[in-house]
Amino acid sequence: MNVISLGVVDLSLAAFLLLLLAFCSLKIGLGIEKRIIFSGLRMTAQLLLVGLVLKALFASGSFPLVFCMSLVMLLVAGYEVSARQKRKLRGRTGYLISTGSMFISSFSVAFLALTLMVNVSPWYTPQYAIPLLGMLLGNTMNGVALASDRLTTDIYNQRGMVEQRLLLGQSWQEASGDIRRDCMRTGMIPIVNSMAAAGVVSLPGMMTGQILGGSSPIDAVKYQILIMFLIAAGTGFGVIAAIWLISRRLFDDRERLVVENLTKANKH
Amino acid sequence: MENRVSRLSIRNIKFLENGPYSMELAPGECCGLNGASGVGKSQFLRAIADVIAHGGECMLEGVSSLEFTPQKWRSAVALIPAESFWWFDDVEPHFAAVSLGDSYLSDLLSRLGFGPDVMNWQISRLSTGERQRLSLVRTLIRQPQVLLLDEPTSGLDQKMAGVVEEIVTELCIQKTCSCLWVSHDQEQLKRIATRCFTLERTEIVEMML
Repeated sequence: MNVISLGVVDLSLAAFLLLLLAFCSLKIGLGIEKRIIFSGLRMTAQLLLVGLVLKALFASGSFPLVFCMSLVMLLVAGYEVSARQKRKLRGRTGYLISTGSMFISSFSVAFLALTLMVNVSPWYTPQYAIPLLGMLLGNTMNGVALASDRLTTDIYNQRGMVEQRLLLGQSWQEASGDIRRDCMRTGMIPIVNSMAAAGVVSLPGMMTGQILGGSSPIDAVKYQILIMFLIAAGTGFGVIAAIWLISRRLFDDRERLVVENLTKANKH
Repeated sequence: MENRVSRLSIRNIKFLENGPYSMELAPGECCGLNGASGVGKSQFLRAIADVIAHGGECMLEGVSSLEFTPQKWRSAVALIPAESFWWFDDVEPHFAAVSLGDSYLSDLLSRLGFGPDVMNWQISRLSTGERQRLSLVRTLIRQPQVLLLDEPTSGLDQKMAGVVEEIVTELCIQKTCSCLWVSHDQEQLKRIATRCFTLERTEIVEMML
């Protein structure tokens, strides 16, 4: 079965729905019409551009190019994480920590998957490597962003309680234990939810894509299961690394809480 | 109770614009500390307990705080801040680190006006004064060598304030701990302190009682 290729008319029809929505928003005075149109346009431009890039990348299949592409994806993900924080660590540390923890988890999980499970040769074949890494990074980014935002906000808001526990002779791990556990849970909520809903409430995007693209549902399901496991593991390790590194920066070598290492609250 | 209280030496403690401050707290001594509001009394206590960055050093019987793990130091030199914090829903788990049913604990609780059922109370329903008294008990059962008290009776009526003074004075006389007591109440300092100091921005001055 061949994929039915989409033409300009098909896409325009879909875009027309968005225009209709924007028109309604204008009429009822919801005030989101500009944002809808802008993000629609931006998404179209981004995807068309990436389509061209991927086309070139798939044609060449060279390792340096694949590596550059992954690096760009990582750096943008790192930027997104820090842009979503209410309170950040001062200086570049926050950016380095979020990028670093995503690098460790997403890249190693993607590498393992490519070499051990998918077993594609060479392992950096862009048709596999880029989408896999993209899904891992996207999900890990969500987890890391949620968990680090929660961590810095909670530690700041509960600094009196954390210090009280230090004063009673607890170590920094004990004193921040409840908060760190909450953050771990927060970071894992999206992937745990999508595992719970997978197939029952929603058909995951990748699987839908494969089925629309003509794969047999069983093949699509197997890939989806693999991806879910990888995402859960990658997000989990990324969140653990980020929480550990950030909380390490919030206590000094004498286990004092140093909220001064956080920036002022950022108004959204 | 074992008798193991040590001398606390405070040497050139500096933080932010404050200090250097030096003073000695002999075993079993209770020193009063006052000073204008905002001068840094609470920060001074926090520096001694080593929960804020500071210059200079504190020593117990000649051993620098840096030789202790932070946990050991803060257990030995225990600060009870003016506002206490609680992190479990009920009172009991906050006391769980120390063996319950201890007669010392029940004695302290009853002197401070609590029955044995206090352990089942909810933290959210405690009054300011109840929190203040319970936070004193919470620290005392850990048997610190030095008590740093930051206005420990600010939320208490006269009778309960008297009980707190009595408990701390007893501990000092028995030499089970020594105490640095911050208070704005001159009369209170006269009752409890053997020596009294005024904290200023750049020095700590002993004053006449």
